[in-house]
Amino acid sequence: MNPGPIDLASISVIILLCAPLLVSLLSRSQRLLIYSGFALTAAASLLAVFAGAWTVWSGETQKLIMLIGLPDLPFHLRLDPLAGFFLVVIGLLSFFVSVYSIGYVKGFLGKRSVTSLAIFYCLFLAGMYMVVLSDDALIFLISWEVMAAASYFLVMFEDERIENRRAAFLYMVVAHVGAIAILLSFGVLAGLATGFGSFSGYTFDAMRSAHFPTEWATVAFLLSFFGFAAKAGVVPLHVWLPEAHPVAPSNVSALMSGVMLKTAIYGIIRVTFDLIRVFPWWWGAIVLVFGLVSAVMGVLYALMQHDLKRLLAYHSVENIGIILIGIGLAMIFTAFKLPLLAALALTAGIYHTLNHAMFKGLLFMGAGAVLHATHERNMEEMGGLIHLMPWTAALFLIGCISISALPPFNGFVSEWLTFQAFLLSPSLPSPLLKLLIPMGAALLALTGALAAACFVKAFGVTFLGHWRGHHRPNVREADWPMRIGMIMAAAACLFLGILPTLAIGWMDAVPQQLIGTSIGTSAGAFGWMWLTPVAYQRASYSGPIVFFGILGIVIAAYLLLHVRPGAIQRVPIWDCGFEKIDQRMQYNATSFAMPIRRIFGFLFNVKERVRTSQQTVHKAFPKKLYYSLHVRDRFWGWLYKPVIAASFWGSRKVGRLQQGRIQAYLIYSFVTIIVLLVFLR
Amino acid sequence: MNLAVAAQIISFLAALVLLSAFGMLVQRRMYGLIHLFAWQGLFLSISTAVVGFVAGKHHLYISSVLTLSLKVVLLPYILHVLIQRLKIQKEVETVVNVPMTMLIGIALVIFSYHLTAPVREISTLVTRSVLAIALATVMIGLLMMITRRHAVTQIIGFLAMENGLFFAATSATYGMPLVVELGVALDVLIAAFIFGIFFFHIHTTFDSLDVEQMARLKEGD
Repeated sequence: MNPGPIDLASISVIILLCAPLLVSLLSRSQRLLIYSGFALTAAASLLAVFAGAWTVWSGETQKLIMLIGLPDLPFHLRLDPLAGFFLVVIGLLSFFVSVYSIGYVKGFLGKRSVTSLAIFYCLFLAGMYMVVLSDDALIFLISWEVMAAASYFLVMFEDERIENRRAAFLYMVVAHVGAIAILLSFGVLAGLATGFGSFSGYTFDAMRSAHFPTEWATVAFLLSFFGFAAKAGVVPLHVWLPEAHPVAPSNVSALMSGVMLKTAIYGIIRVTFDLIRVFPWWWGAIVLVFGLVSAVMGVLYALMQHDLKRLLAYHSVENIGIILIGIGLAMIFTAFKLPLLAALALTAGIYHTLNHAMFKGLLFMGAGAVLHATHERNMEEMGGLIHLMPWTAALFLIGCISISALPPFNGFVSEWLTFQAFLLSPSLPSPLLKLLIPMGAALLALTGALAAACFVKAFGVTFLGHWRGHHRPNVREADWPMRIGMIMAAAACLFLGILPTLAIGWMDAVPQQLIGTSIGTSAGAFGWMWLTPVAYQRASYSGPIVFFGILGIVIAAYLLLHVRPGAIQRVPIWDCGFEKIDQRMQYNATSFAMPIRRIFGFLFNVKERVRTSQQTVHKAFPKKLYYSLHVRDRFWGWLYKPVIAASFWGSRKVGRLQQGRIQAYLIYSFVTIIVLLVFLR
Repeated sequence: MNLAVAAQIISFLAALVLLSAFGMLVQRRMYGLIHLFAWQGLFLSISTAVVGFVAGKHHLYISSVLTLSLKVVLLPYILHVLIQRLKIQKEVETVVNVPMTMLIGIALVIFSYHLTAPVREISTLVTRSVLAIALATVMIGLLMMITRRHAVTQIIGFLAMENGLFFAATSATYGMPLVVELGVALDVLIAAFIFGIFFFHIHTTFDSLDVEQMARLKEGD
């Protein structure tokens, strides 16, 4: 028998599940453990990428039934183009990050044992692969929990710090509330598929072949959307994300932000397009609205941050929003029977999924390299790193350009496709939607601009200028495994930006499977050079031409302005007559974000305070100024505090039952017996 | 012995069991309580033997002997020794006053008769009328556990409950299979031992066997 893609994918999962054994055997020799453990995960990831790419390429679906698990409830695995696509997304970034980890994790040597990090890293990857491979509710939820639990331990890795423990706990709570919602949703679907008396509805196949009444399908959809949104970090369920991502080791944050959130996207697509299939348009509207809110709020929150990894975490919220916009539009178009537009919007969404995995992984790896070198997360303490870490700076810049949706990199292509989908919405039959959806396009445009501003800040403050901190650490450039990991991710960003036609032609099987139409023929009608999503009269984009155009301009500018003798002169800076200018007076992250904070301040809980020191000669000449700024998430006060307070209140009330007196407990059982005898005899 | 006479004897013994249960509810002295418990066991044992004779179930004789040896001789003896060893005060304190407890007990008896009315109508056994009393004995045992503060009285309440259950078993179905009854008897014995050990520990920890003291174990706010 020839091994099919699903066999390769299963082997990859098995390798990852067995790797912890090897890792724990090697725990005495930590250096060997790092090399062999992460090489193994890299190999397994490559295998998964290969299996996924093969499946999407051939457009075929393979199934596997494993006779393990509970009696009479075997595990079903299935590899269809959708699962294959997400396998590629997860596997590709996991491969890059595994290579990167070889260098990054060495930073922990001598400080703490990395055995647990390696073990849970393997289990985390295995969990993610299993989520996309699973074809019944049981194994889906098991894998989902494996993924959540493993990532919990990864967030907890440096558990001596209280912020890590708090973040991990918050993450665990949100993940489990979400998982319960998903469980209930599958319960509703399974029950409706074969009746509540039998268990056979737990397979996705049974759900696929069932027909659901609209109201129950809506319940299932809302529950699953809530559950997946909690995992994806959709506003207002995003609070765990900016806490958990910054404190995890950077290779893990790259994976959590880059691909773990994507499993939630996968879940949403799987449940709506594949399991329920027929849905009213307003489901799409819900997804669209949450996507828009997440995109705008995410980027605005990101602008307020001065912790580099926290900033990136908020950008994940934003990008998940953009992906959801694509998926929401696809759902609306599908509901109105416009399959071509739906395919366009879905392609935009999943293309952005892939792109976001690449550039967010790259950015987190870059941030990890900076953290590794400086042991500093606060941007206000950094600066001028471009001289000390040229490789990291250049690669981080590529990530910044990509995420800011600027050509010629990949972020531009997928956001441009999303805009195309938006601009085609006037063909919808509903006048209200015709009016409202283009306003969403305006919000998306705002998001793009703000993201660009945010990354000007992130890159500028971190890498440009002079060192802002008080004491200067001994900064060294990232080592080769880290660089190679980042270079590969950057190359993927460039490739997906320059040759989108090839990528879209490849991923065509996904909309073909889910919607029945694809845009590959129209998108690639003019060869690999030109991307024409609907028709060439409407819009077209050529990645290669733009790339070479920009490259030409950059080279010309470099030759004219940099290489020419006398083009650069070094002189003392003009200090406005204020003689004691120093590095602390540079433009910094807080000052950069101030105009935007003034405009959108009403969305945050901003506490800004300036205080002059007491010991002054005159009010006009204060010796010292103290400035403090606290920007807080309003959702915390609006949504989470009441829930926390209510649960504490409820627990206290229930706690009164605990009297500590045996008589009281006996009375409880006595009264229970009497009541049962009276009512149930 | 014809059936009518047997039914009369069993009913009379049932009345005595109920009376001893009420007696335990009222009794204020520790030794009196143990004696009443022993009396209850004796009535139970005789009624089991009578039921066994009337129904021709000979394994009930074994149950009867077991009851006699365990509940009339061994357990009261253990409790006696316990009280002497631990120098427990001889007065029993109650949470609710005695007349009130009596009234609740009477209400429970009426309630049990009400509950078992449907069973009495469909049953054909000689012992059907005593099912209500058995149930009442169980509930009075529980009531005793609730209204007494002392750990030793609580275990007597527990054992009285067990008596009620045993009585219910013999009266409703002519007894459980022998294996089950042997198991239950062993359980009761072991429970008594475990209680004894716990008493000892509670006594050394709190210097008293007043279960109110255990409220101190409660987790504070």
